[in-house]
Amino acid sequence: MSISEIDRQWTTRIRRRVEGKLPPEKLLPDTQPVYVSSWIYVFGVATLSALGIVIATGCILAIRGPQWWHGSPYGHFINSLHLWSVEIFFFTMVVHLWGKFAMAAWRGGRALTWMTGVVTFLASIATAFTGYVSQTNFDSQWISTQAKDGINATGAGSIFNVLNTGQMLMWHIVLLPLAAVVLTALHVILVRIKGVVPPFEEVTE
Amino acid sequence: MAFFLSLAALIPLDNPGHYIHWHFLDLSVANLIVVILMVCTFIAALLLPFPGRSRRKENR
Repeated sequence: MSISEIDRQWTTRIRRRVEGKLPPEKLLPDTQPVYVSSWIYVFGVATLSALGIVIATGCILAIRGPQWWHGSPYGHFINSLHLWSVEIFFFTMVVHLWGKFAMAAWRGGRALTWMTGVVTFLASIATAFTGYVSQTNFDSQWISTQAKDGINATGAGSIFNVLNTGQMLMWHIVLLPLAAVVLTALHVILVRIKGVVPPFEEVTE
Repeated sequence: MAFFLSLAALIPLDNPGHYIHWHFLDLSVANLIVVILMVCTFIAALLLPFPGRSRRKENR
């Protein structure tokens, strides 16, 4: 195979493009700018850490099933870890969002980073909602019956039936976590490509 | 286990939740506490010094 043929291969072109946009030293940097030494910059990675715990505990719940998480002390413990890591996930994500909004984090060609963050937030809300209606207890019954009219009012009630436990569980453990994780990965990659947004005074200096 | 049960007894969880009504807003006290904690965390994150920040500025 000639060099020009190799250059034309889609694998070669993609690899060169990825290497150009995101070299290894940018993907896993050794240092960060001095302005990153602030507590307001830790909430993004805190959200990622909470997401890791959410997924790990969710996998354990999926392996053992509802009888286990309702009926055994260890099941209760993992179920509670899953709930509280979600609480921390949203808590830190909202503080992260406020911080980034205050810094106008979409500056410097970071609009796509901001938008992937917003869509990830929305996907996370949907994931949490389907989790609440998949608990298989009186709480999930109450939430799903209350939500039914609301979802019907949006016009999505015929394809997204919150009273269908099986459908909600599938959305909760397959489709929505997949969307949330893929969007989060894209968001982090964009942060790596564009770098962390500098404070206003750093730009005007 | 007895410790956790006595701890849980401090907060009555079997009663209906308390809600705050203000015009169109209908907010549970539990959610209001979480919002207040988030605002406090946000302000603390802006004001509290980050460990090692002054050293990093000197090395700049």
